Amino acid sequence: MSELMLTTEGDTFVVVKRRFEAPPEAVYRAHLEPELIQQWCLGPEGWTMPVCINEGKPGGKLRYEWSNREMGAGFFLTGEILELDPPHRIVHVERMHFPDPTPDNHVVTTFAADGSGTLMTMRMSLPNTETRKAMLATGMARGMETSYQRLERVSGWKAAS
Amino acid sequence: MVPQAMESLDRTLAALADPTRRAILARLSLGEATVNELAEPFAISQPAVSRHIRVLSEAGLIVQRVQGTQRPCRLANGALTELDQYLELLRKALTQNYRRLDQILAQQAERKDRKT
Repeated sequence: MSELMLTTEGDTFVVVKRRFEAPPEAVYRAHLEPELIQQWCLGPEGWTMPVCINEGKPGGKLRYEWSNREMGAGFFLTGEILELDPPHRIVHVERMHFPDPTPDNHVVTTFAADGSGTLMTMRMSLPNTETRKAMLATGMARGMETSYQRLERVSGWKAAS
Repeated sequence: MVPQAMESLDRTLAALADPTRRAILARLSLGEATVNELAEPFAISQPAVSRHIRVLSEAGLIVQRVQGTQRPCRLANGALTELDQYLELLRKALTQNYRRLDQILAQQAERKDRKT
């Protein structure tokens, strides 16, 4: 039930769906309050977020800085909040800095009541090839774990061909 | 499944069973590379890398072209694309993020229960 659903819409968008066992108010707040964001928005093991700025209002600025002490690596994200409709919807724009900024990614996140929980849907631009390569280079520097999970998909492709 | 497809699937699975070969595929997802370039980060000999490349090539996962004395490798069309890798990286990062968020939300609910 709380399984992550990740799908692509053509080569332009990525849509992520995830259910949380908490009301929309709580999930919405966890996406805007820096002290909460710093506890969960960390990606793979080994990363921390020493700096988190989220002004939490339309027109407000975002700045998230990640660091990996073991790797001696870091990168950051900047952005702006475009629209807020508490506790249903957050629209923001963000870009990664590696350290050159990637093209703006326009992200719409919605929170819909689903029984006693929340169904969150996040729709964002699919980064271009250059951005994906930069992200892969950062994310995979610790190892090549991502390829381990390819087994199923590749075997599926092989079997179908 | 016809025996031929079964055999092909077996070869793919065998090729992917080795961590060095998976790492070579991950490297090639970022672009074409020569055998020397592939051997570099893995701290293994060039002949050993060449053996891995042969296995991957026979499984249809990579292709080689001739360029002078070199034979650069690249991923075969339809094999592990850089887009697949990116989406897998994203899935993995978000899965871990949202598991942490689950815990935060559960703690908040617990605190609220205690208050009421």
